[in-house]
Amino acid sequence: MSTHHKNADAADAGTTHRADSRTRHGSRLTRVLGYTALVAIALLYIYPFLIQLATSFKTDADATSHPLSLWPQHFTTAAFSRLADADYPRWFANSVVVSLFVTAGRVFFDSLAGYALARLRFPGRGTLFAAVIAVMAVPGVVLLIPKFLVLNQLGMYDSYSGMIVPLLANAAGVFIMKQFFESIPVSVEEAARIDGASTFRIFWSVVLPMARPALITLTILSFQGSWNELPHFIVSRQSPDLNTLTTGVASLVSGQLGLGNQYPIKLAATLLMTIPVALVFFAFQRHFVRGGTAGATKG
Amino acid sequence: MSEPNPGPAQGPGSGPAPAPTAAAAKAGGGRGRRNRAPRGGIRDREGLAGWLFVSPVLVVLGLFLVVPILMALWVSLSDWNGQGSPFSSGVHFVGAQNYSPLLTKSGLTQSDFMTSLRNNGYYVLFVVPLQTALALGLALLVNGRRLKGKGFFRTAYYFPSVTSSVAISVVFLFIFSSSGVVNSLLAKVGVDGPAWFADPRGVIHLALGAFGINNDAPPSALADTTIGGLSLWDWISGPSVAMCAIIVLVVWTTAGTFMLMFLAALQDIPLEVEEAAEIDGTGRWQRFRHVTLPMLKPTLFLVLTLGLIGTWQVFDQIYVMTRGGPAKTTMTPAFLSYQSSFINNEWGQGSAIAFILFAIIVAMTLLQRFVLRDKDEAKAKAATRRAAKAARSGSGPTTGAA
Repeated sequence: MSTHHKNADAADAGTTHRADSRTRHGSRLTRVLGYTALVAIALLYIYPFLIQLATSFKTDADATSHPLSLWPQHFTTAAFSRLADADYPRWFANSVVVSLFVTAGRVFFDSLAGYALARLRFPGRGTLFAAVIAVMAVPGVVLLIPKFLVLNQLGMYDSYSGMIVPLLANAAGVFIMKQFFESIPVSVEEAARIDGASTFRIFWSVVLPMARPALITLTILSFQGSWNELPHFIVSRQSPDLNTLTTGVASLVSGQLGLGNQYPIKLAATLLMTIPVALVFFAFQRHFVRGGTAGATKG
Repeated sequence: MSEPNPGPAQGPGSGPAPAPTAAAAKAGGGRGRRNRAPRGGIRDREGLAGWLFVSPVLVVLGLFLVVPILMALWVSLSDWNGQGSPFSSGVHFVGAQNYSPLLTKSGLTQSDFMTSLRNNGYYVLFVVPLQTALALGLALLVNGRRLKGKGFFRTAYYFPSVTSSVAISVVFLFIFSSSGVVNSLLAKVGVDGPAWFADPRGVIHLALGAFGINNDAPPSALADTTIGGLSLWDWISGPSVAMCAIIVLVVWTTAGTFMLMFLAALQDIPLEVEEAAEIDGTGRWQRFRHVTLPMLKPTLFLVLTLGLIGTWQVFDQIYVMTRGGPAKTTMTPAFLSYQSSFINNEWGQGSAIAFILFAIIVAMTLLQRFVLRDKDEAKAKAATRRAAKAARSGSGPTTGAA
């Protein structure tokens, strides 16, 4: 990657020398225009988050009369203490519990299945993989009612198990892991097999440690996906005690708070729920980018 | 969602470090072929392990994806009202009775469903081109070879894609509130902003209003012709002002993801190709039009289809921001199916809407498959023709020698 760029710069310098002054002026102008566009758009992308941050510390009146200002007139943490006294901590805890279980389940089960589909030869493997692909194409939103029907039938509706179990595996994750396992050499596994290790032992102590990059990607995507999940928690529960951050904050907006806009408390609620994903994002950005295209599929 | 066909190229690891992955894959493939030698006893154990390894995923996906779809299909054909089990003896098969009020029988149900199709149709019509263009534009801007702060800009544009749709929606509720950020900015340039999420007026109606054609006196040709329970005048409303705010939000949020796809494709364009064009003295625009764009075509198709499939599924934003209002102008099929079932207890109808939506999305996917396969097949045919020709001309002397 870095050599690629060095080459690019060298080649670029070469052509600039050859180019006459007119095009050089032209390219300088376009470069200035390019930077201006980049910065302007970046502002459009960052400003809403700054507004979110600033408004969380404003009073209701201040938020309504000075929506543009990034500095509260009267700095207050009232919104946060109100959230702490309400159900917010419970929602947060529910989100943490659900996300941890879902992430652990997806990472383990998806890599097991991905390994089997990539490496183990068994009858029906091709059909299974085709089925996984087909499942990836099922639009999540048409599953809203169906999922409720099954959870209800199984007596899992309105329980943690109903919120967690259906998310424990996803086709996209299996796909990511299969792709990865196919890309690592078999030689080590073969050596272990000759030593008489069982298939699970080989998978657990030989293959998984080699799969660290893919595992990190899958962990991040699973955490982000389950933390941000809304529709499934709408149809798998109704008790307020089982609200996650997504359903809880959505209920804040739809009039749970009583009269008035009360934007500071709403935005404080969204600010706090954004922080965990933001931290993970900034810590593991490269893995996000790597999984970005594959992660575009919910499933 | 329909990643699989162009997917492998877009898969994990393809962007940042293509070379080593590709090499490794080749090595793995080679060894795999060698592996195919028969191995007797180990085979059975491996077969058992294989099924054991996939069984958890199989159970979860089967139980919460395949079974639910079949169950919902039954409900969409039954008169189940949400009480008890849909398989109990009191529930009857009613054939297409849940589908006909939506599609053919005129009435409130039909006009609501048609309104939701209209709303979602305009939403797709605006979001897909806008997000694709913005994503491509951002990718081109960020891809500059000597650009400083590349990482910063990429992060800024991509960040909304990883945050919660609920959080972003609430922030945008504030930004577009009647005394919010957008209206304050508009006030600074002397424009009286609308009450965004309370404004059901369609933008095409508003535009026509400038010519004196408005809701009070719509042209009778349009007002008197009714298709699917909606007058032509209603069909051509355009997205409502409220829907426009949602369109802005979604384009803003999703462009980052698609930018990454374009970026990966741009980085796969061999440097020599662009250099050659540069040395030839082609202008920037011509280079983009005739060199870059053709090489981006597969990604462009991918982004367009993912957009087409995704936009028919809009739910989260509607649920958080408008719940279908004002005056049903942000009602979408996905939200209508949720509302019919969970709020109004019309489970058969809700399921029927979900299956019609499913059919729409499958049609979009097949359309994309068809367009893409057409190209691949043509290419493959050309390749076989070329190979056959080469073989024929090459085999001549060989057979002669024999």
